[in-house]
Amino acid sequence: MDFNYTEEQLALQDTLRRFIARDYAFEHRRELAKSADGFSRPAWKTFADFGILALPFHEDFGGLNGNAVDTMLVMEMLGRGLALEPYASTVVLCGGLLRDAGSIAQKEALLPAIAGGELMLAFAHYEPGTRYQLDRVATTAMAIGSGWKLDGAKAVVLGAPSADKLVVSAKDGKGISLFLVDARAPGVTLRAYPTQDGARAADIKFANVAVGAGALIGTAGAALPAIERAVDYANAALCAEAVGIMSALNEVTLEYLKTRKQFGVPIGKFQALQHRMADMVIATEQARSMATLAAVRVDSADAAERSRSVAAAKAYVTQSARLVGQQAVQLHGGMGVVDELNVAHYFKRLTMIGLSFGDTDYHLGRFSDTLLAA
Amino acid sequence: MDLNFTAGEQTFREEVRGFLRARLPGEISRKVLGGKRMEKNDFVQWQKILHEQGWGAVAWPVAFGGTGWNAVQQHIFDEECADAGAPMQLPFGLKMVAPVIMAFGNPAQQQRFLPRIVDGTDWWCQGYSEPGSGSDLASLKMRAVREGDHYVVSGQKTWNTLGQYADWIFCLVRTSTEGRQQAGISFLLIDMKTPGITVRPIIMLDGEHEINEVWFEDVRVPVENLIGEENKGWTYAKFLLGHERTGIAGVGRSKRELKKLKDIARKETAGGRPLIEDQRFRDRIAQVELELMALEITNLRVISSESDADGKKRAPGPEASILKIKGSEIQQMLTELQMQALGHYALPYIEDALNAGWPGDPQMAAYADHAAALSGHYFNYRKTTIYGGSNEIQKNIISQMILGL
Repeated sequence: MDFNYTEEQLALQDTLRRFIARDYAFEHRRELAKSADGFSRPAWKTFADFGILALPFHEDFGGLNGNAVDTMLVMEMLGRGLALEPYASTVVLCGGLLRDAGSIAQKEALLPAIAGGELMLAFAHYEPGTRYQLDRVATTAMAIGSGWKLDGAKAVVLGAPSADKLVVSAKDGKGISLFLVDARAPGVTLRAYPTQDGARAADIKFANVAVGAGALIGTAGAALPAIERAVDYANAALCAEAVGIMSALNEVTLEYLKTRKQFGVPIGKFQALQHRMADMVIATEQARSMATLAAVRVDSADAAERSRSVAAAKAYVTQSARLVGQQAVQLHGGMGVVDELNVAHYFKRLTMIGLSFGDTDYHLGRFSDTLLAA
Repeated sequence: MDLNFTAGEQTFREEVRGFLRARLPGEISRKVLGGKRMEKNDFVQWQKILHEQGWGAVAWPVAFGGTGWNAVQQHIFDEECADAGAPMQLPFGLKMVAPVIMAFGNPAQQQRFLPRIVDGTDWWCQGYSEPGSGSDLASLKMRAVREGDHYVVSGQKTWNTLGQYADWIFCLVRTSTEGRQQAGISFLLIDMKTPGITVRPIIMLDGEHEINEVWFEDVRVPVENLIGEENKGWTYAKFLLGHERTGIAGVGRSKRELKKLKDIARKETAGGRPLIEDQRFRDRIAQVELELMALEITNLRVISSESDADGKKRAPGPEASILKIKGSEIQQMLTELQMQALGHYALPYIEDALNAGWPGDPQMAAYADHAAALSGHYFNYRKTTIYGGSNEIQKNIISQMILGL
């Protein structure tokens, strides 16, 4: 048992911390959120230079052989900076799917491109009306000649507007399959929009979309376990991102308590506020413990152990995030509800994390149901 | 970063398990697991068994007769002991006064007191709170006046746990009324057999005698029983409270109680189905388990950070307050759910049923053996967020010591 980061991990953390402080200041981030892309392409290039786009891939495919703890560290720092780049979609989720389920040819073609920052991906899986269920897919894949034809609709596909390719789930009669689809292929229609936290997503229609045999990722009809793993991986990453945000939010809130004066004293002198701040710190430390658990266990070969730990972590971290986010706004008073301060933006991102890839109830239910088996 | 136990740690766990299987008396573990009334000798006997094994003081350095184990080993030991139903090693000697004697006592005091703590000879109790000094501990009034080579001590201590069995009490006493109130406090060790000491029971809300008032009337205490310097006692007191708080996390015991809660929820039925199949109740269990999972890791993070690379321990910092708050809240949630799981049978108060060997009552066959203690525990455990510095005081500590507010 060891709670320390390696020298290499600490160096990476330091690099990212400096990047966020120097090149990703809040004002700049606000501009980016309003720009056409909704994020910074130069920053994405810098991420490639840092190696974080190559992190979870095997060195044979231009990767760095990183593990989920490395991803945790990156996500925590991206959280602190409220980074808008679709790291979780491209690298963690789709990169993870290709790494785990892709053919050698697919990995050779795609992973080095992701690592180099030349390829962005989005995971088109959830559908309208399915909420967070991973095994409900109505989109169809029909075998046509040596290839396939896709039809259906996908809901709130994160990072889709900037994606070069989509990883699309579809049912082929036997089960769920995954396909790699060019985002600009004929029959693919995106209704793109910003999300509440300044990122980008789209609802997507697939109408008679033809893909070749090489587009199939893994075995036809047998993609569900890979999807479950990838979503666990994404949730572990979001837990770490949330912890980064909570830490940053606690810092700015503490600073505000020390500087904002009312009744002639800093408001941090009032016990009602002190105790709330203490609650936020406790919640964040506990969330950090659970995010660590998720990162360590998500690499586990035991699928039940993996998903139980991630469900536990997501159910817990989202509750901590809700407390910290809401109380940070409250402690900032009127300043907590204005657009010009980072507090509201941290709060909004925390809230959206809590609604992405399963909310508190969904994950608590997943965890709770494991008690029946035990 | 690795949350898995190493092969060496697994071997160590097996060693602890083997020892517990061989040496933990069944009559004691049945009491602990069944929530039955404990007697003085249950604690003393277990301490002596541990001492024979060389494991009497797992958190102490080897030089004082401890094991010198690192944080992870101590955690494993704690978890296995709790799971097997070993009695809690009472903290007053081992975890409270001993670290103070090691850090601030002189060699003569260390040689005199420490061996008798680890081998179970002396039972220690705590003399901190007074009727007028609870959370505001530094306002304490019990006087110790120097007369030649003795202090003459007069006053009253309260919320004294299990002092009815104690051989010794460590007390915070007022030796000066000059300057800040913290600056006039001294740390004194007092033999409970000294004339002038009276112990009076305080019966708690569960009907049990666990705490006392202790009265001191011109009690003569030799000056060699003073720890460190006169009027520096507040420093030692705070040091002690930091140590108390880490133990209070109680992760091992809470894991055992969670397991028990799940067992009860499988045995109790609702609508002909096991209670655990009731989603509303099961989610409550799940929620406590999440809290406990997080606390287990937070606890390990905190205690690991208190060990230097060579395994030497540093004094617990204010982070221990986080453990105390979360640990006590979890203990309370568990006792509350255990009680709730009983349904109607949470109501009966059958005093005899708390005794080991209660044969049961044929007319109350549905009143399971595990039921007797649960409501009482719930009531009793309201103490956990109050003692050891109330959780509100812990939040003050976090605000001031960690956050600088």
